[in-house]
Amino acid sequence: MLDGRSQIKRKLPPRLILSAGWLILLGAAAMLAPWIAPKDPLAQDLFLGQLPPAWVQGHEPGYLLGTDSLGRDVLSRILYGTRLALTVALLAGSITCIIGATLGLLAGFLRGWVDIMISRAIDIWMAFPPVLFSILLIAVLGPGLTSIIIAIVVIDWTRFARVIRAEAMTQGAMDYVASAQVAGRTRLSTMFTEILPNVLPTITVLLTLEMGIAIIVEAILSFVNLSISTDDPTWGGMIAEGRTSIHQAWWVLVFPLITLFLTVLSFSQLGEGLKDRFDPVLR
Amino acid sequence: MSESYAPNLYQIDNLRLSLADMTKKPLVGAAPRLEILKGLSFTIPKGEILGIVGGSGSGKSTLGRALVRLLEPSGGSIKFDGKDITHLPETDLHPLRRRFQMIFQDPMSSLNPRHRVGAIIAAPLSLHGLSNPRQRALEALDHVGLPRGFATRYPHELSGGQRQRIGIARAIALKPDFILADEIVSGLDVSSQAQVLNLLETLVKDLGLTLAFISHDLSVIRRLCTRILVLHRGEIVENAATPALFANPQASYTRDLLDAIPLPDPKQVWA
Ligand SMILES: Nc1ncnc2c1ncn2[C@@H]1O[C@H](COP(=O)(O)OP(=O)(O)OP(=O)(O)O)[C@@H](O)[C@H]1O
Ligand SMILES: [Mg+2]
Repeated sequence: MLDGRSQIKRKLPPRLILSAGWLILLGAAAMLAPWIAPKDPLAQDLFLGQLPPAWVQGHEPGYLLGTDSLGRDVLSRILYGTRLALTVALLAGSITCIIGATLGLLAGFLRGWVDIMISRAIDIWMAFPPVLFSILLIAVLGPGLTSIIIAIVVIDWTRFARVIRAEAMTQGAMDYVASAQVAGRTRLSTMFTEILPNVLPTITVLLTLEMGIAIIVEAILSFVNLSISTDDPTWGGMIAEGRTSIHQAWWVLVFPLITLFLTVLSFSQLGEGLKDRFDPVLR
Repeated sequence: MSESYAPNLYQIDNLRLSLADMTKKPLVGAAPRLEILKGLSFTIPKGEILGIVGGSGSGKSTLGRALVRLLEPSGGSIKFDGKDITHLPETDLHPLRRRFQMIFQDPMSSLNPRHRVGAIIAAPLSLHGLSNPRQRALEALDHVGLPRGFATRYPHELSGGQRQRIGIARAIALKPDFILADEIVSGLDVSSQAQVLNLLETLVKDLGLTLAFISHDLSVIRRLCTRILVLHRGEIVENAATPALFANPQASYTRDLLDAIPLPDPKQVWA
């Protein structure tokens, strides 16, 4: 009667290793920025403006990724920018996830008037163009970290609510829910112990995706100068500055852009990788 | 457990059940009610194995789900061991729920795919405050003839027959008085069917269970059940002891059902 099915052990998927590796590196950079950054990210030196990266003719030692037009070290600025990017990703991502997934779960599983109210709210929300909506929100709330996070949560909770609602509806029709009722489990308890484990893989994927999206939104807001104070280095801010000098100093734009791209990609791959590795149900 | 001397475990009087027909719901206002059970009256004596047969859509599952109060009847009454449970709210139903259990047709759907087998069997035990749920779950695995090592597996790591045994283990672990089995072998191949039916038969005898067995397979019903209820379009057309029903069916609908049983054909050759 014993067979090999329970013996199948899944290996760590490469994309999980790569994405988690990159994100751990970023996390370390964010925490250790004051010690590992080679220069002060705000220190200007007009005699050292637009220095190219270390492998290009005309570089100066100590400026690995070159300098911007004000002579600030690009590498140091990227390292410091990691702090804001990760803070926004973690905070905005998880708050959006908790609010959106909870509402989706309640609507999809309890149905009835709860569902009607939440679904109406989603419909109304979906009618707002998200970028304009966020710019409007920041304009009202004033720039700052809290405003960015609020803007992301307010705009993106529907992304979770819609998907999780649909999943909860599908799961709610399964017989294991009826079986829980036969066993005497309450509706609310059934939602947490029976439904939640089955939507958790989807929640994980959406959560990491949202963390990437949060970083992009922050970058867009920095780009249009609506993020936090302009002094602190942010990836979006660097990209905006780099754009003006793209022909003289491409590195000011390219390096933060690559960092941003790898980070967003890593977040989305992290979710898929975690699901592959830890979801007990093979698909 | 409260001891009672009612001879009938279930007494059903003029049971009616209607559901909202969502396919015909007008844009505004309530959906029309679809009458599914149209006034059923019967009893299930303690220790009986009642077969419920009938064509597809005749209301077998609906009746079964009303018996274990997954559905609330819209008329008539259901008495369980003398207590009226027709409209009992969930909180008052809770202590009784331990006493009537259900085995579902499709274990793929009725076993939570992301819970381990041990947890699936133990959960109802903890819900009813029984001591040592883990230990009792392992004993239930013994009872249904599965190795204890299966407790740490997920449902998809089992075969169809093994999965259905988990469904049985979950139901008997609570030591209920009554079990409803709704088409529990229809998804299995013939040899697993026989094994699961044998197991069920033994358990019913050993544990002194009362069983309602829903099936559209009259040959299975004939082997297992002491009495048979024939449903047709939400009404009882026949209610008789098994030998009597097969020897001398009263309703024409029952005769049609009996005629539809495929008989082994001696002249048939292997292609
Ligand atoms: N949720 C529902 N809403 C509306 N009608 C329903 C619902 N569930 C069942 N019905 C209808 O009730 C009738 C009886 O259904 P039921 O599932 O009890 O039949 P059954 O005898 O178990 O059939 P089968 O042998 O196919 O399982 C069917 O006509 C079905 O279409
Ligand atoms: Mg049915």
